[in-house]
Amino acid sequence: MVSKIRCAGFGGQGIVLMGKLLAQAGMMEDKHTTFFPQYGAAMRGGTANCSVVVSDDAIASPMAQEPDVVLIMNGPSLDKFEPAVRPGGWIFYNTSLIDREVERDDVEVFKVAANELADEVGSTRSANMVMLGAFAGKLGTVSVEALLGSLDVMLTGKGDKIMNLNREAMKRGAALAE
Amino acid sequence: MSERVLMKGNEAIGEAAVQAGCQCYFGYPITPQNELTAYMSKRMLEEGRVFIQSESEIAAINMCFGAAAVGVRTMTSSSGPGISLKQEGISYVAGAELPLFFVNVMRGGPGLGNIAPSQADYFQCTKGGGHGDYRVIVYAPSDVQEQYDYTMLGFDLADRYRIPVLLATDGILGQMMEPLVLKKYKDPGDLPSKEAWRLGDPATKEPIWITSVRLGEGELEEHNFKLQKKYEEIAEKEVRFEEISLDDADIVMVAYGTSARVARSAMEMARAEGIKAGLLRPITLWPFPEKRLREIADKVDNMLAVEMSLGQMWEDVRLAVCGACRVHLHGRTAGGVPEETAIVDQIRKIMNSKGDEIIRNF
Repeated sequence: MVSKIRCAGFGGQGIVLMGKLLAQAGMMEDKHTTFFPQYGAAMRGGTANCSVVVSDDAIASPMAQEPDVVLIMNGPSLDKFEPAVRPGGWIFYNTSLIDREVERDDVEVFKVAANELADEVGSTRSANMVMLGAFAGKLGTVSVEALLGSLDVMLTGKGDKIMNLNREAMKRGAALAE
Repeated sequence: MSERVLMKGNEAIGEAAVQAGCQCYFGYPITPQNELTAYMSKRMLEEGRVFIQSESEIAAINMCFGAAAVGVRTMTSSSGPGISLKQEGISYVAGAELPLFFVNVMRGGPGLGNIAPSQADYFQCTKGGGHGDYRVIVYAPSDVQEQYDYTMLGFDLADRYRIPVLLATDGILGQMMEPLVLKKYKDPGDLPSKEAWRLGDPATKEPIWITSVRLGEGELEEHNFKLQKKYEEIAEKEVRFEEISLDDADIVMVAYGTSARVARSAMEMARAEGIKAGLLRPITLWPFPEKRLREIADKVDNMLAVEMSLGQMWEDVRLAVCGACRVHLHGRTAGGVPEETAIVDQIRKIMNSKGDEIIRNF
């Protein structure tokens, strides 16, 4: 079982962190996992994306060219990655910032009001965590528990307040899928 | 299972170098290897060692020459355009028989090219790179763990043979994160002492002349024959490769680094539809596993070189098999990464072809 995931949004939304948390969670579940960022010239507010592959077997290319799943945080990223998704794959997208429908009819769609839910928890900045929680809760590629555990590794030294905020945001996302 | 950490390839190389006792890092920024320089800027200071971001690539390699001459472990790293600038110094290091470890995180070329992953520097890596009659040992890792492991081994071999050792990796392997076991460095215990040839404190140590200039009648030829003997010993002892599913193979792919990861996946897809494909993955690009390839060529009709360059490694495979089988080419370039399905398509075409036809993907 291989799952190729692309996370995309604008710089500052924590797209790279989403990818690292997914890869870390995959590793903690003893799966093969890779993380690959779009690298080079990037800036806050510009577009950002990264690829994560989680697999039971050795991983060939870490680049998710034709992803099974995309986690889309803003409009331009939906425009860019909607056509790339494998037929039958999944599009998770942030309806707080995207006011259009997915046009393709050969993919599964899961809507997440990531910014609003993050606001309810306490900070818009946790919208990425809401999205991750929704993905893990819905598809189980990595478990919500592993993702929560990956927070402890990737965000060490952030303080209880931020950690709890992120945990709550992740759980709120996961609850959407129930 | 030992404890694993998620680590970026560039940083894994840096940590391995620190563990292996690298005392001096000299570098100049270039994408896609910047995380390595950044990592060293932090770790070398933590360890109380030397880190210098030099004024240029040429300065960095000559600083390496100096550090190597006093007998400490030293390294530099760059990507294609920067490695080109360093070639003069690498040739001098080779001529002076100094140990050096260096890294090329390859990107698209020629020229300033682009910053995308590539294997376009194969010729430069394996055919000397700089001027003169010399060789460097070239490791081609294919995952983050191997980038860590072969960095450690690279320092050992540089000391053992007093030779430049190159870790040839690419933008994907440098940038990607993967689980890694942070093994402790283990001194092989039989590395030769550096005392006889290294420079030391002039108050206590006899002056030693370290040079690559040999102007006397026949002096350089004699020196080069000596180097050649060393290269022959290395070719005999240090060649490394991995064989996957070769026993019953009808077609054998040859691929290294990132290309080998994709070729392996293509191999499994081909086998799933009944085509017996195998893979030989060179781990050393020099010395190249030419003897083994020649043996395999007697048993199969077709080989397929898969590379992120347009036939550079293909030339070495053809040279190795010496006409004993057909050698086809799947090449991508300038950021193009081979895709499993395209490789399998080509394998099908090859299996259905006859005669001397050589099939390329472009």
